[in-house]
Amino acid sequence: MVRAENKPKSLGAQLEKSLTGIKGLDEVTKGGLPKGRPTLVCGGAGSGKTLLATEFLVRGALQFGEPGVFMSFEETSDELTKNVVSLGFKLDALAAQKKISLDYVQIDRSEIEETGEYNLEGLFIRLEHAIASVGAKRVVLDTIETLFSGIPNPAVVRAELKRLFQWLKNKGMTTIITGEQGEKTFTRHGLEEYVSDCVIFLDHRISEQVSTRRIRVVKYRGSPHDTNEFPFLIDEKGIIVMPITSLGLRYRVTNKRVSTGIPRFDAMLGGKGYYRGSSVLISGSAGTGKTSFVSHFADAACRRGDRCLFFAFEESESQVVRNMLSIGIDLEQWAKKGLLKYHADRPTIYGLETHLLVMQKMINEFKPAAVIVDPVSNLNAVANHANVKMMLTRLLDQLKLDRVTTVLTILTQGSPTSESTDVDISSLADTWIRLRDTESGGERNRGMYILKSRGMTHSNQIREFVLTDKGVNLLDVYVGPSGVLTGSARLSREAQEKAKDLVREQDAQIKQLNLERKRKAMEARIADLRAEFKTEEAEIKKFIKQEKLRRQKVSQDREAMAQIRKAD
Amino acid sequence: MAIKTKRLKRKRGESEGGVKTWELRLYVAGQTSKSMAAFSNLKKLCEERLKGQYQIEVIDLLENPALAKGDQIFAIPTLVRKLPEPIKKIIGDLSNKERVLVGLNLIPSS
Repeated sequence: MVRAENKPKSLGAQLEKSLTGIKGLDEVTKGGLPKGRPTLVCGGAGSGKTLLATEFLVRGALQFGEPGVFMSFEETSDELTKNVVSLGFKLDALAAQKKISLDYVQIDRSEIEETGEYNLEGLFIRLEHAIASVGAKRVVLDTIETLFSGIPNPAVVRAELKRLFQWLKNKGMTTIITGEQGEKTFTRHGLEEYVSDCVIFLDHRISEQVSTRRIRVVKYRGSPHDTNEFPFLIDEKGIIVMPITSLGLRYRVTNKRVSTGIPRFDAMLGGKGYYRGSSVLISGSAGTGKTSFVSHFADAACRRGDRCLFFAFEESESQVVRNMLSIGIDLEQWAKKGLLKYHADRPTIYGLETHLLVMQKMINEFKPAAVIVDPVSNLNAVANHANVKMMLTRLLDQLKLDRVTTVLTILTQGSPTSESTDVDISSLADTWIRLRDTESGGERNRGMYILKSRGMTHSNQIREFVLTDKGVNLLDVYVGPSGVLTGSARLSREAQEKAKDLVREQDAQIKQLNLERKRKAMEARIADLRAEFKTEEAEIKKFIKQEKLRRQKVSQDREAMAQIRKAD
Repeated sequence: MAIKTKRLKRKRGESEGGVKTWELRLYVAGQTSKSMAAFSNLKKLCEERLKGQYQIEVIDLLENPALAKGDQIFAIPTLVRKLPEPIKKIIGDLSNKERVLVGLNLIPSS
């Protein structure tokens, strides 16, 4: 599967390569070791030379149909077989199937007396016999330098080694020769003079009391290769090299958004939450609620059906589960469904590079959509800040490439208003949330704000939040003369506002009643006036009527008088 | 020098009753001049010092490569003293007679 990728035609034409099958090494060497040629693997005691060589043979026999010969000068076949059983390599079974031939060459100087001329033809014969017996394509000589201490005449050894390597080349054997690291040279006896095609150096360094294994391709004649040092791990399946620095700022981004798990917090981030595949930094001093925030996020991710990987450097799984249950987040259900994977390690358990490797290995295996690291600042215990930053850059690069949303928490110390983090990785974060304590009125309250969030509108408000039995709850904002009110100041402000409201409401009611009363008074007066008017009207009408009648009477009287007088 | 190692294989010196037997194995790879020199040097020395008490077995690894493993042979030629114990290994063409005698514990080492 990897074969096609790792063997571009142009390379194949230049130099044929032989895949080792060791995870990552074939990427670093761009296709494996030079086919049919010897490769020198050197390093100090315990650097993993023998293991690398063994895995090369075992993978060759099992994956690439290339049987191999292991000629050991240090360990007996039994010892060797036992040593690699823990890695799942069954040398005895492979030997029985004639896929691998083991030969232990014992050289005990005290048994040997040198008289006259000799050569090392015996070795050639044994090697040839072993190669023929399994039809080998690969050979390991581990550690052939033992010859220098076992054989009195170094001139003979040198001449014979030169001849041996040429002979192996002629036979087309892809060979690994291991060599002990010298003081100023790659190998104690200068084997690199004879093996010039490919030199791989293994290192096992201790810094801050933790060890890290590293591998470097020092030389690869006729082929491009990565010259950087790469950390490697030895786990239960063998060696894993991570060619991580080959990543860069080449990832593609998406516009998809994912919820933070806190609805009102989503609202602060333009209403939709984080960008998928972005890196989020939540920083805050002790007890500000960082783990609660990330647990909400984990919960939300799992609720969507995404896988979430939770790296914890402070608390064990059951501790986080218990604590988060107390604020109403049930993480255990997701763990049971296989959506949430929890990985807790003390930072000091191994070196930074190894942490990175373990994390990357788990990410590759679990394929999460969301990764949480809580808190990354604890890695400062095993390395200096610059290294931690470098490691996190690598990690984030890989995660961004895979479009994994990453939430890192950082424990900050000292002044809660300082806007720098101990691990100076704020520039790596796309979204930076600060959680802070505010002290006022004799209490500590929790506040949060968005310091930055690339590529989205976001709220600029400082919000108070409380941890309730239903999780993180962002509260309404009350701004007082000295900023956002928190805690009981907020509560009293809330009460004051309520009281004022009440008074106003009562005022309004009273005014309403007054109005009503006035209306009624007015209407009563109107009725009075109307009644008065009616009386007056009636009297006036009555008067007018009587006056009319009187006038008629007068006129009638006058007519009657005239008639009587017979006037006109 | 027409000694054929093959012909000499399993040619044994007679062991006399009660006298301790020296069991020697000479590993060679083909009939090279070094191998033949080693054999003739050994034969001469045994005749001088161990007459009647030794047996020499010559093993040509080109014919029996599998045998190299058993006696942990890496140099050619190699003489192995199987008996008397402990096992001793002498590498080289056995031209330095004194070193051979030391190697076989026939004379003290200093």
